[in-house]
Amino acid sequence: MTIEIPTPLRVYAGNQSAVTVEAKTVAEALSALTAQYPDFQKHLYTPDGKLRSFVNLYLNDEDVRYLPKREETEVKDSDALSIIPSIAGGC
Amino acid sequence: MTLRLSQQVYDALRQHGEETYPHECCGVLLGRFLSEDGAPVNEVEDAIRAGNTRTDSAHNRYHIAPQELVKIQRTGRERGLDIVGFYHSHPDHPAQWSQTDFAEAHWLACSYVITAVEKGAARQTNSFLLAGTTEDDKRFENQRIEILGQLDPGLEVSPASSIPKKSV
Repeated sequence: MTIEIPTPLRVYAGNQSAVTVEAKTVAEALSALTAQYPDFQKHLYTPDGKLRSFVNLYLNDEDVRYLPKREETEVKDSDALSIIPSIAGGC
Repeated sequence: MTLRLSQQVYDALRQHGEETYPHECCGVLLGRFLSEDGAPVNEVEDAIRAGNTRTDSAHNRYHIAPQELVKIQRTGRERGLDIVGFYHSHPDHPAQWSQTDFAEAHWLACSYVITAVEKGAARQTNSFLLAGTTEDDKRFENQRIEILGQLDPGLEVSPASSIPKKSV
């Protein structure tokens, strides 16, 4: 499957906008990504291994947090997983 | 470090802030990351309007739905463009980043453009580059705005009293 890399994290993926990994679930895809590009680990996860609160994961157009199996959701080769840091603020 | 954009895009993002007043507007800047003489240049091709999901406090908060970002990122890729920044407005508030802006900023190397909208009229527009390499060392740095065809479009320094104490 394909993992879409947001612009601020591309430097940790050889400046690629997308990375192809072999995986059966979302969790496996993320593991494959961090195995191939270890620097991703600290940007995606807190020191105790939790996905950082501002990092959103979208499987195609679905928020992974709201899928019944969440990160254990099965994936197909044709699926795209997007890593999207949140954007917010205000005065 | 420079944010480069056309007069049309510059006017469009300021107009967006006027249209949504007294609420904050927000949007995404699509373009290219360049380097000129070793200095980063975020060149904007297009400004894409986004919805502000913070309807509970839209006068002083903004948030772009991640799903909308996914679609904009996809659209950009199809056009050969990257997300190089974001913009939002500060209704009746200076065009300076706030502690909320800083805490919620996670797109390193991207530009954060803020337009002060006073009583419905766009005033100052400033840009800040989110510099650094991680959440731990990120910081906003003042970024020059270059409008194609002219330089330094009347940028003013906001009153010191309005600038957050954390250095920019």
